[in-house]
Amino acid sequence: MPGFGNFPDHPFHSLKETPSQTAGPFLHIGMAPAAAGLPERSQQQDNVIAGAAVEGERIRIEGYVLDGTGHKVKDAALEAWQADSKGAFPEGPIEAAAFRGWGRAVTDFSTGLWWFETVKPGAVPGRVGADGKAAVQAPHLCLWVVARGINVGLSTRLYFDDEAEYNAKDPVLAVIEQVGRRETLLARRESRGGETVYRFDIVLQGEGETVFFDV
Amino acid sequence: MAARDEFYQRDRDWHPAAYAPGYKTSVTRAPRFALVSLEQSLSDVTGPVFGEDSLGPLDNDLIRNFTGEEAVGPRIVVHGRVLDENARPVPNALIEIWQANAGGKYRHVNDRYLAALDPNFGGCGRALSDADGYYFFRTIQPGPYPWRNRINDWRPAHIHLSIFGTAFCQRLITQLYFEGDPLIPRCPIVNSIADKAAVERLIARLDPEAGVPLDSLAYRFDIVLRGRRQTLFENRLQGA
Repeated sequence: MPGFGNFPDHPFHSLKETPSQTAGPFLHIGMAPAAAGLPERSQQQDNVIAGAAVEGERIRIEGYVLDGTGHKVKDAALEAWQADSKGAFPEGPIEAAAFRGWGRAVTDFSTGLWWFETVKPGAVPGRVGADGKAAVQAPHLCLWVVARGINVGLSTRLYFDDEAEYNAKDPVLAVIEQVGRRETLLARRESRGGETVYRFDIVLQGEGETVFFDV
Repeated sequence: MAARDEFYQRDRDWHPAAYAPGYKTSVTRAPRFALVSLEQSLSDVTGPVFGEDSLGPLDNDLIRNFTGEEAVGPRIVVHGRVLDENARPVPNALIEIWQANAGGKYRHVNDRYLAALDPNFGGCGRALSDADGYYFFRTIQPGPYPWRNRINDWRPAHIHLSIFGTAFCQRLITQLYFEGDPLIPRCPIVNSIADKAAVERLIARLDPEAGVPLDSLAYRFDIVLRGRRQTLFENRLQGA
């Protein structure tokens, strides 16, 4: 363990993080019991990030998780964390009917589809630049993907393809050197029977591989 | 708005490799490209807060929480503290666990292992750490089981844990193994971690004094989440 120069036995910070392990194929037992075939918990509507009464544009987000062969991953779990329609993150304990900001979805065992129902987030304050001004982050969701075969959960972000003006100034998209890869973080807006649906596929590997972050 | 500090970067050499060919499923599920490193923003250093009312009364008692009757197998207490890298307790951390029963069988629609289900064991638990970061579960020591990797691979007995800190960037899923299990060094999932000292951190130690006489053995398992970096200079994370 590294130490301070003149205190070689003293670690910089004293403990190392617990190492990650895969969530495995049976993550549903602990993370989505109803999918595993266990009794449903009360308040177990983790796909719904914002209840019906929450202010904002109601949207559905859905997609697939694809492996390096293009095969749909049917045993993955995704978690989402987002700001509300005004760009604020919730601070108090999660309440089912309120804006939760957090959600969890699992890919369907037969179709591979995952989905969230929520409100479209607003722009969020970014870091303060050298000029002393805070950057503006385009509306986005932070996503975290775990599954059998994923040894450390994968962090990515979902942006909206109809927010071009914000996206063009987003400080996170801007650090992705290969401009073409930024496209992998854009959800595509569709309209389906009066409902707004954003389609977002996560490609774990290979052609069109989603940008994953070390954050 | 409260000032929010950033977290130490993850030591990716300490964590398992994404691509670990001995663990076959990782071969097509590991990204090929390097992770894009980001400075943290408000989106990363905030996260969901879970309250006591999100837990049921038996959520941390897997011996009885499926039917109310006692499950079969070695009765154990799993307990410890949730700390951060600065060795400070993390209170109110939600810990979700899931596991096989004493015979190595999961109560899951996709588990095809021939071992029997225990009608009184579900294998799912939750707990919140207290003000000192302390948590405990009562459960059944799970059995090892075979899995489709190489044709005769067996998982060491293990409990899966999912832990929430205060920030989304602290999210962690891991597995707890048991001291003395000879299957640990043979497991390709364990061996996706290169650093043996890191593997040691996943092995719960028998904690005789914490057991319940004539009832349960105890295993100690402390969990460390990413710690906040001290802000020596002006906080550049956000305006405040």
